Amino acid sequence: MSTIAIYTKDYCGYCARAKALLTAKGVDFNEIDVTNDRALEAEMIERSNRRTVPQVFIDDRHIGGFDDLAALDASGELDPLLSRNVQDTDTDVQHHRLVVLGSGPAGYTAAIYAARAGLEPAVISGLEVGGQLTTTTDVENWPGGDVALQGPDLMERLRAHAERFEATLIQDHVLEVDLSNRPFRLDGDAGVYTADSLIIATGASAKYLGLPSEEMFRGRGVSACATCDGFFYRGKPVVVVGGGNTAVEEALYLANLASHVTLVHRRDSLRAEKILQDRLFKKVEEGAVSILWDHEVDEILGDDTGVTGVRVHGVGSGPTSDLQVDGVFIAIGHAPNTALFDGQLHMEGGYLRVRGGLTGNATETRLSGVFAAGDVADPVYRQAVTSAATGAMAALDAERYLGALQQAVEPSSIKLAA
Amino acid sequence: MSTTTLEKPVHITDADFDEAINAGDRPVLVDFWADWCGPCHAIAPALEELATEYGEKLTVAKLNVDENPAKPAAFGIRSIPTLILFRNGQPVQTLVGVQPKSALKAAIDAQLS
Repeated sequence: MSTIAIYTKDYCGYCARAKALLTAKGVDFNEIDVTNDRALEAEMIERSNRRTVPQVFIDDRHIGGFDDLAALDASGELDPLLSRNVQDTDTDVQHHRLVVLGSGPAGYTAAIYAARAGLEPAVISGLEVGGQLTTTTDVENWPGGDVALQGPDLMERLRAHAERFEATLIQDHVLEVDLSNRPFRLDGDAGVYTADSLIIATGASAKYLGLPSEEMFRGRGVSACATCDGFFYRGKPVVVVGGGNTAVEEALYLANLASHVTLVHRRDSLRAEKILQDRLFKKVEEGAVSILWDHEVDEILGDDTGVTGVRVHGVGSGPTSDLQVDGVFIAIGHAPNTALFDGQLHMEGGYLRVRGGLTGNATETRLSGVFAAGDVADPVYRQAVTSAATGAMAALDAERYLGALQQAVEPSSIKLAA
Repeated sequence: MSTTTLEKPVHITDADFDEAINAGDRPVLVDFWADWCGPCHAIAPALEELATEYGEKLTVAKLNVDENPAKPAAFGIRSIPTLILFRNGQPVQTLVGVQPKSALKAAIDAQLS
């Protein structure tokens, strides 16, 4: 939400006029009265480089005094500046019976089931529209999938499927969630939403090592997406860090582009599926890939041009060595996207906790009407197909919840229907 | 240029890149993208909206890195999507990866104020 600050003094007519203009626009503002406060007045002078009141700031942008504000209003530029606040006055709040947060396999499947149940769901896509599968290539374990089914194509089909049953698809990124009141409220980058029930399918995002040098070279040699960035390493040596499916898939993808791929793994065996391991070992035999077992990354090395190498050491107190590479692909797993729900829902290791069990309502969280599906609530299986499955379960649970809610509100209409 | 309305992103190439980023005082947001990049598709609608919302105050330009290798190399780009905001021909801010629209607006507004 954008913030408006106005520095004022007592008995200042133009301050009153500026405030009246803002009030007429229906926006909230923070009035900073500097009448008897030299420190605050000094702050105003420093921020605005002017000594007169009022001084108006919108989102830290200095607007100026009343005349400046009025001129912006006259030219039509003020309203867009205030638009986010205007939206917040609840005139633009969109209400849905069911909101699905996330557009991966769990989110879209939940939307398909919920739409077919007549719940008129809205899917809020999040930043990474289509989720993790949009950055993979071949999806070989989706039941019934075509030969060479591609991740982005599968997600496009799921989206189209949800749309066919008239789920509302909203491209927005939710920044804040309030589950303490009903309906639940979601504040997005582009809009505000309320919902009687919520399916959380925000998934998981790639984890990084957490090294300062890694952060420094992000986008300049450090990547977590081989399909996005492999292109830039044609004929150049690269490192992939990790030992799971993602790491092996990335290594295999890069083996066809890079001059050589070194897989750095901190254990002496891989966690990846057997079929992927076999393909990787074949590439090792061919000389396109080598595996550095029992090694960890200490530091990403580089200069003005970007990454030039990686410093690794043997696990424990093994010796340190440098690998000269142009790119480092981090594939050490994913972390659930649950920061939005901190302090509002139960979590374990960052993952949302759901009821589980054999009596139904297995996807419900601590709060009735709030369900979770897919990777956000799954530290174990994390497959596209298991995400889709829990998405379907969450939609069925939400259907039952909303049905009961309606019955509680309109008992007579239910009797009539019977 | 003042007669041109820039309500849509313009496609630029290695050849007309320099001319495109020298739009005087008007900031130019260049999206380095490729068709095979999923996240690039994810941010495309937000860029179109920015082009419409800012109108003549901003140029939104898209450079396909697949077809135009020279400029991405010149700017050391090794990850897409990368967005570089130029002003008076000089890069003033670089954003790597998918960004919320609000972050893009903040970067643009900082140049316009």
